[in-house]
Amino acid sequence: MTRTFSMGGVHPSDSKISRGCAIEVLPTPPTVYIQLSQHIGAPAKPLVAVGDSVKVGQPIAEPGGFVSAYIHSSVSGKVKSIAPRKDLAGNNQMCIEITVEGDEWMEGIDTSDTLITDIIDDNKAILDKIRLGGVVGLGGATFPTHVKLSPPPGKKCEMLIINGCECEPYLTSDFRTLLEKGEQVVVGTAIIKQVLGVDKATIGIEDNKPEAIAHINEVLASLRKVSPKFEGIEVMSLMKKYPEGGEKQLIDAVMGRQVASGGLPIDVGAVVQNVATALAVYDAVQKNKPIIDNSVTVTGECFPRQANLLVRVGTPLSYIVDYLGGMPADAAKVISGGPMMGRAIANMDAATLKGTSALLFLTEKQTRREPEGPCIRCGKCAQACPMGLEPFLLNRLARAGKVEELEDNAVQDCIECGCCLYSCPAHIPLLDIIRPAKGQVIGLIRARKAAQAAK
Amino acid sequence: MTTTIIWTIAIIAILGLVLAVILYLVAEKFKVEEDPRIDEVEKVMPGANCGGCGFAGCRAFADAAVKAPNLDNNYCPVGGNEVMKKVAAILGYTVQEKAPQVAVVRCNGTCENRPKVNDYDGFSSCKVKAALYAGDTGCAYGCLGCGDCVAACQFGALSMDPVTGLPVVDQEKCTACGACTKACPKGIIELRAKGPRGMRMYVSCVNKDKGPAAKKACAAACIGCGICQKTCTHDAITVENNVAYIDYSKCKLCRECEAMCPTGAIHGVNFPKPLDKDAVKARIQERNRKAKEAAAAAAAAAKEAPAPAPVATQNKEEKA
Amino acid sequence: MSRLLVSPSPHIHAKESTASLMRDVVIALIPAVLVSVVFYGWKELLVLAVSVLSCLVLEYVITRYMMKKENNTLCDFSAAVTGILLALNLPYTTPWWVVFIGAAVAIGVGKMTFGGLGQNVFNPALVGRVFLLVSYPTYMTHWEAPQSLFGVDAVSGPTPLGIIKEGLLQGNTVPQLMADNGLNYGQMLFASVGGSAGEISAIALLIGFVYLLVKKVIRPHITLSIWATVAVVSLIFWLCAPDRFTDPLFNLLTGGMILGSCFMATDYVTSPMSVKGGIIFGIGIGFITMMIRYFGSYPEGMSFAILIMNATVPLLNMWFHQKKYGRA
Repeated sequence: MTRTFSMGGVHPSDSKISRGCAIEVLPTPPTVYIQLSQHIGAPAKPLVAVGDSVKVGQPIAEPGGFVSAYIHSSVSGKVKSIAPRKDLAGNNQMCIEITVEGDEWMEGIDTSDTLITDIIDDNKAILDKIRLGGVVGLGGATFPTHVKLSPPPGKKCEMLIINGCECEPYLTSDFRTLLEKGEQVVVGTAIIKQVLGVDKATIGIEDNKPEAIAHINEVLASLRKVSPKFEGIEVMSLMKKYPEGGEKQLIDAVMGRQVASGGLPIDVGAVVQNVATALAVYDAVQKNKPIIDNSVTVTGECFPRQANLLVRVGTPLSYIVDYLGGMPADAAKVISGGPMMGRAIANMDAATLKGTSALLFLTEKQTRREPEGPCIRCGKCAQACPMGLEPFLLNRLARAGKVEELEDNAVQDCIECGCCLYSCPAHIPLLDIIRPAKGQVIGLIRARKAAQAAK
Repeated sequence: MTTTIIWTIAIIAILGLVLAVILYLVAEKFKVEEDPRIDEVEKVMPGANCGGCGFAGCRAFADAAVKAPNLDNNYCPVGGNEVMKKVAAILGYTVQEKAPQVAVVRCNGTCENRPKVNDYDGFSSCKVKAALYAGDTGCAYGCLGCGDCVAACQFGALSMDPVTGLPVVDQEKCTACGACTKACPKGIIELRAKGPRGMRMYVSCVNKDKGPAAKKACAAACIGCGICQKTCTHDAITVENNVAYIDYSKCKLCRECEAMCPTGAIHGVNFPKPLDKDAVKARIQERNRKAKEAAAAAAAAAKEAPAPAPVATQNKEEKA
Repeated sequence: MSRLLVSPSPHIHAKESTASLMRDVVIALIPAVLVSVVFYGWKELLVLAVSVLSCLVLEYVITRYMMKKENNTLCDFSAAVTGILLALNLPYTTPWWVVFIGAAVAIGVGKMTFGGLGQNVFNPALVGRVFLLVSYPTYMTHWEAPQSLFGVDAVSGPTPLGIIKEGLLQGNTVPQLMADNGLNYGQMLFASVGGSAGEISAIALLIGFVYLLVKKVIRPHITLSIWATVAVVSLIFWLCAPDRFTDPLFNLLTGGMILGSCFMATDYVTSPMSVKGGIIFGIGIGFITMMIRYFGSYPEGMSFAILIMNATVPLLNMWFHQKKYGRA
């Protein structure tokens, strides 16, 4: 029996139809729009002015706070404007618009393919490189990596977990990265492991990707001969089940430990990083290359050409679609990310962010919500909830506005994975209703903590 | 037979008596001493428990009102001045009378004015929709049309107009409790003074986008051009973040701004006569011409004898 | 290009729907229905037809014209399930108008007064059945030799539980009664034991139960806890006094035990949400059933037991929750 997390979970159809498509480089678009807020935390502050010439990899915005990140130009050209622009949800976000001229890179960035396995011993210098490289968690939350890699004093990390689950259906960019850039991912893992000062690192991969598991094992075997720094890194095959890639679920699956409600992974001695983040760390530390591009899966049964593309940050979505043959006629919904947690796109003129992992096209039949029926109390939502919550109850409490009872029933623990709504036979929009209730309760808890701190 | 009946009656009677005594004793023991005025105040309250006063219900309001040293911070918007006078009489306080208010929907993004650019397919709730994205039209500020305000209204004063897709306030039923203003995630509903005979002016738009973007999303958007501000002779209009706002405490209901607004974003309601735009425009032009002449005359006079220009003219120029 | 759809995540949905789950229950009941029709012939078919049709019609009429609901729950098979279960709980000799009254009580009182699908506290089919049992006891305990549809040779009379109850009252012992009436377990398991349609073949019902388990429509914990309780309780009594009390296997295979434990107690709406709650629910049903069978005036207590435990479900749901991640 392969390992997996202990409660809940669902088994949506895998649908990884783009798994055979090698990562190809998308040509640079004529204009990029680089959003100043593409990570959790404070938006970055621009370092350039309209009319400035920039090169690829040049920092164009600096962190706007402790939890924030550098942003680099993904192209070379002229800054045309720094103005609000509608993001994929239609909300205004400050963007730096750069008109592309040529492809001139900053000096010091190693653009060759040579694998560099020597890792410097100075952890402070490594962390600095990660910070200056604008590395953020690419698993979805886009939390600045250098902050995550500096655990608060007194907390000891015991294991680094590299998340290669890619449990969302359709997505294949992490899978392709593992296959094509496995060496780099492993070196990146070793770097993070060294910074954290842990002996053990586990790369968790779901068992629907046997090629990736085999490949990383081979890479590990050959790299262990090169340097002792690659000792202690293991691959763990995990049972395919959504949401395995959820941070809390992955810790449960790999270590058999559960993060207490309101706690952080470091409380149980774990730090989780995504495969793409490990690659970004490698690029930043070994190659001096900040995050200026990322791999994006473009897929969907109705989409004419499946692809895994290496896309410059800030590329307009419509440019990607046009490159691959235009919008299919029967596509009813375009999703940034996977079908379970991704965001529906309202505005195709929006540009990609560092954390954009996929563009998924679904037909009306695949995605249109069915009308809501009465709850038949089957309990399938509670069986599916990977946090052990009872969505049917939370739904009822949220509709009645019973905030205290919502808190008693742990609505704040919800990870918004969507398993409840996915599995509800009555098509009740459980997560739609629980999500704002969770926000309300978390706000309440924060306010209470602040009030206590003030005392 | 007879004895059975007698016994039954006797036992039940004794049981009843004993239990009554126990109940009385328990009630006495757990009796909560309360200011009797709380009950009195509660009696004169509307009893809607709407929370418009900021308290959980009418009882909570009564409790707070009795305990407070005055009525300055406690006002029942539903009962209005009449109820508050009664409350004040009970408590021996004075009440600060307030002008009656009404909820005003500041969005005119009808289906016609503001075409849809995508289709929303989630749970029909403005709160959920607003948390997800900007909305199914090009305007990120306007009404989302899911009717959270209608659901929040306890007085049945709000309804969705199926043609425009916007909420409509029934001003007779609206008690200005403010529940809708809190329910609207976009903050488009505002409590405004009801005005004399219900006549009032307001800007029916809260779009903060720059003119062209706002106009592109909605034909009836306020484009922040500032014409209304220049026109207003009562300093009632301010334009901030590309959107105009009429201060109802200063507005004199002259309707000049309404006539001048290029997009029709300014609404005047309950006026006895429809607005004759051309007449008002002509009046404004005439006034402007006179002001210019006066300014020119003043300037000429100033050249002859250096004296401070009239204050009013100076203000006008600054605004321009 | 038409306008894009936008909705919160998730963007895909499992294939299961209320209708598909209820359809699976109907499919699971097909073996039992077939066996009962084969054994009892066209009269059973009539009972089934009247029951299902009246349930469907009443569901439609009440939701459409009395509750004025736009979304009708007619197409989700829930009324059909109630109809089939009610029919399987009735003797095949029940007159059509009694069946109709049962259906009316089941749908009208058992389901719709609470607000329709998902709101009812008690299993509608059982409400209908128990109403008929107390209102028309003559029809409900009248057993007649069957007129088989395909000429299957079936000897049938009163139910085994009835035989035992009557016999014990007359001072006979259990083993004696079993022998005298030719009661054996093979017969009970496969078919041809007197009783209501759903009581005659344990194996047909178990096939349906396994189908539901395989399709993951239901979980087995409630059923298993009922069986375990019945087995334990009857084992204790049987070991103490084998002459006075029937043995565990007899109790598991007779009466409405299999139908009740597999299909009625596991009804989504009227069973607890949590596994812990479900197990207690099952223990309660098993215990009450055995108490009624051994000491009650009715020979069978499954229906009453389930209805009584249905009433405790809101409480069980309040008391027992599943384990939450990262919480004690």
